[in-house]
This record gives sequence, structure tokens and C-alpha cells, in this order.
Amino acid sequence: MLARLVFAAALLSAPMLARAEVTFSGFLQQNTAFNSREANPDGRHHKWLEERAQLKLDASDGAWHLLAKGDLAWDHLGRQDQSELRELYVDYTASHWDARLGRQVITWGLGDLVFVNDVWAKDHEALFSGRPMEYLKRGVDALKLAAYPEFANFELVVSPHFRESRIPDARRFHLYDPMPTVTTRGTVKPGQGDLGLRVYRDIGGWDAALYLYRGFQRTPSMRPDSMTAPTRITYFHPQLSVYGASASGRVGEGVLSLEAARYDSRQDRSGNDFAVPNSQTRLLAGYQFQPIEDVSLGFQYYVEHMHQYDAYRAALPAGFPVDRRWSHTVTARWTQFFQHQTLRLSVYASYNDGNGDGFVTPELRYSFTDKIWGAVGANLYSGKPSGQFGQLKRDDNLYLQMRYEF
Amino acid sequence: MKSRFGCLLLAACLPLPAMALTGEEVMKQSQAAFLYPGKDFKARVTMKLIGKDGGERVRELVMLRKNFGAPGGEQKYFMVFFKPADVKDMSFMTNKYPAKDDDRWMFIPAVNMVKRIAAQDKRSSFVGSDFTYEDVSGRDIDDDTHVIEREEKLGGRDCYVVKSTPKTADADFGHKLTWVDKANFLPLKEDQFDRKNAAYKAFSADEVNTIKGHPTIIRRTMKNQQTGHRTEAAYANTDYDLGIEDSLFSERFLRQPPRKWIE
Repeated sequence: MLARLVFAAALLSAPMLARAEVTFSGFLQQNTAFNSREANPDGRHHKWLEERAQLKLDASDGAWHLLAKGDLAWDHLGRQDQSELRELYVDYTASHWDARLGRQVITWGLGDLVFVNDVWAKDHEALFSGRPMEYLKRGVDALKLAAYPEFANFELVVSPHFRESRIPDARRFHLYDPMPTVTTRGTVKPGQGDLGLRVYRDIGGWDAALYLYRGFQRTPSMRPDSMTAPTRITYFHPQLSVYGASASGRVGEGVLSLEAARYDSRQDRSGNDFAVPNSQTRLLAGYQFQPIEDVSLGFQYYVEHMHQYDAYRAALPAGFPVDRRWSHTVTARWTQFFQHQTLRLSVYASYNDGNGDGFVTPELRYSFTDKIWGAVGANLYSGKPSGQFGQLKRDDNLYLQMRYEF
Repeated sequence: MKSRFGCLLLAACLPLPAMALTGEEVMKQSQAAFLYPGKDFKARVTMKLIGKDGGERVRELVMLRKNFGAPGGEQKYFMVFFKPADVKDMSFMTNKYPAKDDDRWMFIPAVNMVKRIAAQDKRSSFVGSDFTYEDVSGRDIDDDTHVIEREEKLGGRDCYVVKSTPKTADADFGHKLTWVDKANFLPLKEDQFDRKNAAYKAFSADEVNTIKGHPTIIRRTMKNQQTGHRTEAAYANTDYDLGIEDSLFSERFLRQPPRKWIE
């Protein structure tokens, strides 16, 4: 509905935009992901099965720029609400500052599928069900103000309405659930918005940035109404502040990326509430280089440290899985181009030593013409049933994407 | 008396054999004429990637370049892609330093992210074409030894034929011959040979125009003799000395390229 409104608005505003330079573009897409191991909890055999059309309008007039991007989707798995407004914003650009108002995608930090300072809304389900990369991010409704004085660049993001990350649908994915018998569930979204500030500049050939965020956890936590005889579970987004920094620069033959952040779990700093994530330190080091022509190889080492571990252990109800104080994850990505970069092989693998969590996603993508491309890939999970990836062990899937762009 | 003076004047204008250029000097002047003219430069580049079977792919981008020093010195490049559709609005920025690896960044519009990328492999293909990054933005003169093999005419123009041999074995070619126009120092033709001395890649300057006083190759071809694949590049709307600001080469404009530069 929203998408249709946007299309209508875009068409109606066309005459007003006559002065501006306007371009239309978009795509038609087919996207299928089928289970390679087991059926979904709802008995279906697909993680994703849809046709989608995207229309993008780009209009510029002097310092003003408008972008509208909307999707119409035909889902074959019983969801009728997949049409969406992906982005709709207006930019104003002055000489030393600019502003962007509206729904927009914001990405912070340097990680490759590892998020330290990227506190903005994501779609985890998109990643796990073989959708194109752009669907990993969700737009947030915000005003972004940026200023570029000589000594540093500033980006302030103010969002009046918090937008949560999308987590995998329990009808399609075998999600770990410590209280499977409680079926009455509801979600409480924060009534407030959130805000973030990024300050960045070059320091001696390194891209350095500081990040501040005050808002809420993007993925929800769950709280039962009673620990002994629960009848209802409420999902909620605990208060969160993040203080982080990043730097990337050339080291040897490649690029070294470093990122750190302190996650201040404001709702439970003492760590005594088991339903609220513990305060954390997150550290990431990544290195990317080109071992041979048309090949890129990247490695990441990622650490999470729980601050109030003793309190966490003391508060954790019996029977709940125990996380480690220190969690270490390594990832690797191999990307290789063939046939004049029309064929791309990419393999991403992630492994966590604590719970044996593993995630491997190989993909082969080919551009049949300059307008048509297709991709075939897989999402493969392993680990303990309570782990982030281990819980999805039965959700291994193979996916196909085919897109015609115009 | 009068005629003797005229003779002297004439002699002063002629290049003296005793002051003949070395291979390295020819290549330095060629680099200056080919890759450094003007304070800055802009072109809309259309590359046709043509397979042996005639199949065609088109890559289209705007390329902006600014010099930060004398020829052979630091330069910054800024590129925005228009075609193919799946890379539309993607942008690249390269800081090119003499005798040092470049710094390279790319903006990925799909996730609205600017990423610094490794760039040590300058001999890798530029956007899948037969041109390498070095073919587009230049190769350090000091990476090769240069010897003038001979002087000959090419298409009616007097040329130096310079043989360049990489000093180290990390290049994808064994040596190359460059036909450098004696009048304007543009490379009119280049034959690259692999390490087994077999014909490898062939470059040709197909059309030269003088723009704001700078002779400019506006159509060029690079053909891989071993695969039969070739790339034809046309530079349209080419212009110099536009007053491109230093601030263009920043994350800010990588995310939102100013329209005045990319139209």
C-alpha cells in the first residue's frame, strides 16, 4: 500500500518536477530459496519464493535531490505485506553542509557481515534466505545532517521513530526457543526515536571515525511474564548506547580495518536482568588483499566480551544456554572474477570457537547481458542448537536470484 | 651576414642530435602528454568490451582527474559509473602516488557504504576490460627500463619506438614497444609481449583531438592478441582546467557525486 502511494505521489509530482532532471530506473526480479535439509516449521519447502518489481525515481534540481525507491512484491509463501517503500528522501546540499530527510539506508563501520558500529536497521532474514545483498539493510526514517568543516566531518542522524531489525520468521526458520510452549506473544516497540553521531577524518593516511549512538537494541529480547509458570512472552528492545571507533589504512599489500565499540546496556548496567543483553565490548580486525589478479581475499577476527559476566551467570535461569565471557569469531571471504568480470564467485565463511557456530555462503553470479544477471548460492549453517547459526542448522537452503534491470 | 643569422636561428630551432632524448626521457614526456595535461581533466568514457565472437558489453563512466604536482607526481581520480545497470551510481576514488601503492575507495550504493579497497595489483583489469588500471591512469616510469629501439613513421607521423622492460617480474608482460609521436609525445601504438616473447596486448590510439591546446587521445583500443578479446574506449565531453576542487576527492562526494561534474 505504502509503495503504491509512493508511486502515485511520484507520478503526481512529475509535473512539478518538470524543471528538474528526472530519471526512472528499476528492476524485475525472481528470487527463490528452497530448503536443502528439512521443511520449514510451517511445513513449506521454500525459505523465499517471490517475484518483485522495483521502481526508482531520481530527481535533481540545483541543490535539491529526491530519491524514491519502492518495491512491489508477489510472495508465494503466504505473506501479503512484502511490498515496501525502500527509500524516500530529499537531499539539500550546501557548500559545507548537507541534509537528508526521509527513509534512508545508513551503514556505519567496516565489518563484512560483522557489525560493531553499524547500529542501524538490518534484515537478518534477507541474509539467511538468499536475497540480494541490498536487502540486508533496512531504511530508517531520519533526518541526517552533515557538516564538513576543515578539521573533521560530522554526521548526525536523528530518527523520531525507532525502526527495528527484521529477524527470521519463526514459521520459516527453526529458531531456538527456550519456552516453546508459551504461544501468547507480543512485541513492544520503543515509543521514542534514536540518534547517532559519526565524526570522521583522515589521520596520517588512515580513515578514522568515532561513533556515538543512543537508542535501543535493534533485535528484540524476550521476557516471560513468569519464570515458573509463563503464559505470555513479550518481545522488547532494551535501551542501548554505543561508543565506538574505527580506522582503516594500507598495511603491506592490503587494507587493514580496525573497529571497536563499547555497548552500554543502559537498561541493565549491573547485568542482573537475564532478559537484557549484558554490556559488551566488541573488537574487530580485518585484512583484505589481492593475492592474484581478479581475486580478493579478506579475513576478519571478531571478539565480544561480556562486562558483567558473573552477574549474568547468577541471573541466568536454569536450562538456558550459557554464553561465554569472551566470544571469538573468525571469518574469511574469497571473491574471484572470471570472464571479464561478468562471472563472480564469492565464498564467505564464519566460525565461532565457543559454540561451534558456523555459516558458509558460496555464491556464483553471472551477468548474462548488461541488463540481466542471475545468481545461485547456498546458506549453510552449523553449531549448537542455541547458537546464532547453529539454531538454523535445519534451515540450510539453496537460492536463485534473477534480475532484469532497466 | 643576414643569411648567416637566419641559419643560426634555424639551427637553434632544430633538435640537435647531440641533445637526443633517452628512452626514459621520451617515456617521461609521453606520460606528461598522455596522463598529466592540464591542471585537471574530465571525460565521459564509454568502453565496449568485445569478445572474439563479437559479443559486446558496455561500461560507461565519468572520469575526473586532478594533478597534485608536476607530471609524474601525485594525482587523484574520481569515477562514477552509469552502465551496466548493476553498477550504476557506484563510484571509485583513487589517490595515485609515484613509487607507492595507490589508495583506492569505492562506494557501494546498494548498502550505502564507502569502503577502502586493496589496490596493489595495478596490472589487474579495469572494470573487466582489456585495459589495466595502469593503462588507464599510468605506470611508474621507474618500474621499467626504457631504450629507444629505433625511430620510424607510423601513419605518417614521426615516432620514437621505445622498448620498456619491467625491472621486476611482477608485471604481466615481459616487455613492450611504444610508438611515441615525436611532435606531441602521445603514445600512438603499444605492443606488449609476454615473458615468452609472444604478442600479448596491442594498444592503438585511434583518434586524437586537440582540446584546449592539449592533444588528446579520444578513441583508443586495447586488444588481447592471445584471446582475441578487445576493448574500445571512447572519451566524450573531454575537457581540461575546469577548476575541480580538492574537496571533490572525499567520502562526502563519493557518496553524492556533484551533478555539475558528472553530467
